[in-house]
Amino acid sequence: MELLSQPWRWYVTGPLIAFIMLSLLISGKRFGLSSNLRSMCAIMGAGKHCEFFDFNWRAQSWNLVFVAGLLIGGWIANHWMMNPAGIQLSPDTVMELKQYGIEKPGEALVPMELFSWDNLLTIKGLTLIVLGGFLVGFGSRYAGGCTSGHAISGLSDLQLPSLIAVIGFFIGGLTITHLVLPYLLTL
Amino acid sequence: MKFIKFLVLGILFGIILTKGEVISWYRIYEMFRFQSFHMYGVIGSSVLLGMFMIQVIKRRQIKALDGEPIKIEPKERSFARYIIGGTIFGLGWALTGACPGPLFILLGNGISVFIVTIASAIFGTYVYGRLKHKLPH
Repeated sequence: MELLSQPWRWYVTGPLIAFIMLSLLISGKRFGLSSNLRSMCAIMGAGKHCEFFDFNWRAQSWNLVFVAGLLIGGWIANHWMMNPAGIQLSPDTVMELKQYGIEKPGEALVPMELFSWDNLLTIKGLTLIVLGGFLVGFGSRYAGGCTSGHAISGLSDLQLPSLIAVIGFFIGGLTITHLVLPYLLTL
Repeated sequence: MKFIKFLVLGILFGIILTKGEVISWYRIYEMFRFQSFHMYGVIGSSVLLGMFMIQVIKRRQIKALDGEPIKIEPKERSFARYIIGGTIFGLGWALTGACPGPLFILLGNGISVFIVTIASAIFGTYVYGRLKHKLPH
């Protein structure tokens, strides 16, 4: 039972992710999560007035079932495999985030004071929750993939386009973390 | 019934990313601040093992369960769409602390406000679809 409640180290998690990718390849599918967002647009009828969403999303139903699994998997991990000690972040991270007003870094999966319904309609909430989500959806489709499609699958297949995309992921991520969050979180 | 396998794989993936703390906003922050090896270890070990798996599949010409050869289509050649799209995605990744898979896993973990982020991500995808012709690719 110890194994269930303890966090899994990187050398457990990384290889397990690779095995998920392999399982999908063996099943004749490709590992990629962001294409589901496009399917969801198509399901809601976006294909009627926009060619990009006029495709046979039913061929992607298996991937939507995979997403349903993600919800259940998250629920199972949260209910039966929760680590009571929280996340062991580096001391530097904890110190910095405390300076930005996050009281207990690592206590939950995300800073609950930021990702809450109460905080949604503040500048911080709108930027992190709403704008952030928009950019994830817009950017992943523009780049033709997200972390699963480019960083894991694409790099594993030695694809140069995926390397370029991952460099982009870091340009964007470093910009926010180093230049934007220090101001945004102390507003 | 043919979908049950994908439901199980999704459940496993949800558990793996939760237990590996990959869905944590804090871990993404820490990664972009270069303050911990954790995320680099996760992505690095996954990619190294993945490279090995894909090489074996290609050299041995391993077939999928349905008997079809496993063909991995190369991504289309371009620079602009990957660097610009990737950068925009990176901005969102660092803000939300989540990429598309983790958005749903976080919701499963009971952090209900992520339903707004998911709706926003679907809307972002929709706006891309509408603007696609005007953007450099």
